[in-house]
Amino acid sequence: MNAEELQQLATEAQEERAQFDYEVNVCMGTGCLSQHSDKVKTALEKEAEGCGKKCHVRRTGCMGLCAAGPLVLVEPAETRYGHVHEADAQEIVAALGAKPVARLDPQLGGYFDGQQHVVLENSGHIDPEKIEEYVARGGYEALVKAVTEMSPAQVIEQIMKSGLRGRGGGGYPTGLKWDTVAKVKGAQKYVICNGDEGDPGAFMDRSVLESDPQRVIEGMAIAAYAIGASKGYIYVRAEYPLAVQRLTVAIQQARRRSFLGNGICETQFSFDIDIRLGAGAFVCGEETALIASIEGKRGTPRPRPPYPAVSGLWGAPTLINNVETFANVAPVIRKGGEWFAGMGTARSKGTKVFALTGKIERTGLVEVPMGMTLRQIIFGIGGGVPDGHKFKAVQTGGPSGGCLPEEHLDLSISYDALITAGSMMGSGGMIVMDDTSCMVSVARFFMEFCMTESCGKCVPCRAGTVQMYELLTKICQGEATRRDLAKLEELCEVVGATSLCGLGQTAPNPVLSTLRYFRHEYLAHIDEKRCPAGVCEIHGAQGPAPEAAPTEVHA
Amino acid sequence: MPLAVERPPLPSEDKRWRIVNGTMRKHGYSRNALIETLHTVQSSFGYLDEPSIKFVAKSLRVPLSQAYGVVTFYHFFSLKPPGKHTCTVCLGTACYIKGSDKLVAETEKLLGIKAGQTTADGEVSFTTARCVGACGRAPVVLLDGELSGQIEGAELKAQLERWRQA
Repeated sequence: MNAEELQQLATEAQEERAQFDYEVNVCMGTGCLSQHSDKVKTALEKEAEGCGKKCHVRRTGCMGLCAAGPLVLVEPAETRYGHVHEADAQEIVAALGAKPVARLDPQLGGYFDGQQHVVLENSGHIDPEKIEEYVARGGYEALVKAVTEMSPAQVIEQIMKSGLRGRGGGGYPTGLKWDTVAKVKGAQKYVICNGDEGDPGAFMDRSVLESDPQRVIEGMAIAAYAIGASKGYIYVRAEYPLAVQRLTVAIQQARRRSFLGNGICETQFSFDIDIRLGAGAFVCGEETALIASIEGKRGTPRPRPPYPAVSGLWGAPTLINNVETFANVAPVIRKGGEWFAGMGTARSKGTKVFALTGKIERTGLVEVPMGMTLRQIIFGIGGGVPDGHKFKAVQTGGPSGGCLPEEHLDLSISYDALITAGSMMGSGGMIVMDDTSCMVSVARFFMEFCMTESCGKCVPCRAGTVQMYELLTKICQGEATRRDLAKLEELCEVVGATSLCGLGQTAPNPVLSTLRYFRHEYLAHIDEKRCPAGVCEIHGAQGPAPEAAPTEVHA
Repeated sequence: MPLAVERPPLPSEDKRWRIVNGTMRKHGYSRNALIETLHTVQSSFGYLDEPSIKFVAKSLRVPLSQAYGVVTFYHFFSLKPPGKHTCTVCLGTACYIKGSDKLVAETEKLLGIKAGQTTADGEVSFTTARCVGACGRAPVVLLDGELSGQIEGAELKAQLERWRQA
């Protein structure tokens, strides 16, 4: 495949689309499928057949607003419908070229205003199992351009210029990582895509893999060209069967079109990708543990250095990036690093996809430029807290992150600002909590997660998380003393400072951030034996009302 | 001259072993294929028992201790056969905030078993999941692998009772 052939393929696919006056896209991501969007699609197809209009019904990936599923998007009018049932098909088809069906909430409450789609630019617009549709929207232009017009060094230069940072959580500069691996000498190098999205409350990687898998493949192929790798692996959770299936189809199609395989774009460059399934271990999101898992072993991390860039998979130099990071690569090469650097803040460039969930009116995926405030995302796009409840905190960064209170709502989102505030970007989960959530219970929930997910290799994490969990349980049950609280704080420091990998190092974060902002809740449990949110069942206490004479239970 | 590698015979006539063998062959009987092969065994048979772990370990020339270590390390692998139906409650953060811990408590009470167990009549297995990534639909339950979002306690209870009566 050379540039001309690619252009021809794109033109053919565009012409195919141009035959139709209307395109009716039905979301068939996991969220909408669970609400039987497949049946909606069948009903729409049936209606479209005999309606006399030139109309094409298409399966697409996630459109973002999972709370209002099943979702339907009508192009070119950009009309969006939510909560669509089979019975609505007739009305939707009849409304093509006329006024939208008002009953089906065509604007969906402004959820899509204020968003800026780079990673999700094709989500909801293309059939994820048709490579031609990806090509019609500029797909593989970047790979062809990189391989035929640019040197590997020039590709890395563009990535450096873009200021793209790792979207998996750490925020390490992607260009620097690529440059390091490119400079290491080795006959065999590997590219790994980390799709082990273990953060509970985050689903952007699943969504990208389900909606636009070719984008990830293209990003990986460009990376492989830049660093000199010939083999790649995508490590996906086994809990994401639909993502695995779409990825499998996508890889086969990319091979058939010679975007993968030997002699890509009639050059010497060869690259192929295999899928590896995770098996349900959160620690495998850590790069050295992930490598062990691909090698067929228990997913336990090892000390770094040596970093995977020097000694990774089977001891070879290895580049590991997250799904969303790879999804950003093709647009950067296509439009240039400077274009990308024009979005976002001084040190956090581009956009970020967040999974907006919890006690919020409109749950789903949002993609916004870095630098947007939490308030704009939660109250503007997300529509705020429902049922008359009061916003209490937003949790970002999963089990490694923290909870930010109301006074931080005007914080503009960037890697550094979130860390300063005591949380972190993480992979992009954003869970909103209202006044019915007890922050001590939330901290205990995350500690339980870290405790069961600890691989057991290093002592601080293996033993420390258990002790912290038990102390938090004691607090929740109203049986703790101030001494226990002091012990908990001390343990947070020790576990954070001495654990081997990121899991243990960041395990205390949810405790530390809730202590920082919601210390009064801890003290209410300890001194007054009551749970201000009325969540914890404290023996002897009657609901959230303060007790008259608090007594210490255990010394 | 290459040494002739002796591979163990298939544990039984069951055709599913050929699928398992197929996975190992695809990976050239490499030791790295351990997890991939165990996935195939579990998806074919529903769980991993002792003979199957021994067969895979021997075929791939992996020490049995290492194979067993891998099986028990990853939550996805199960050493017990599943019930006729499975109910999995997601315990991701979004589901937790929306009260999935209550769904777990109710299910445990209704079925009289703890998460990770199967009812004595072999009808229903009950498990919890770390996060199935459908957080936009929280709280989420997987009933026989089918995802149900924004589920209410009463709805779940009704389904479980239908299974038990069937």
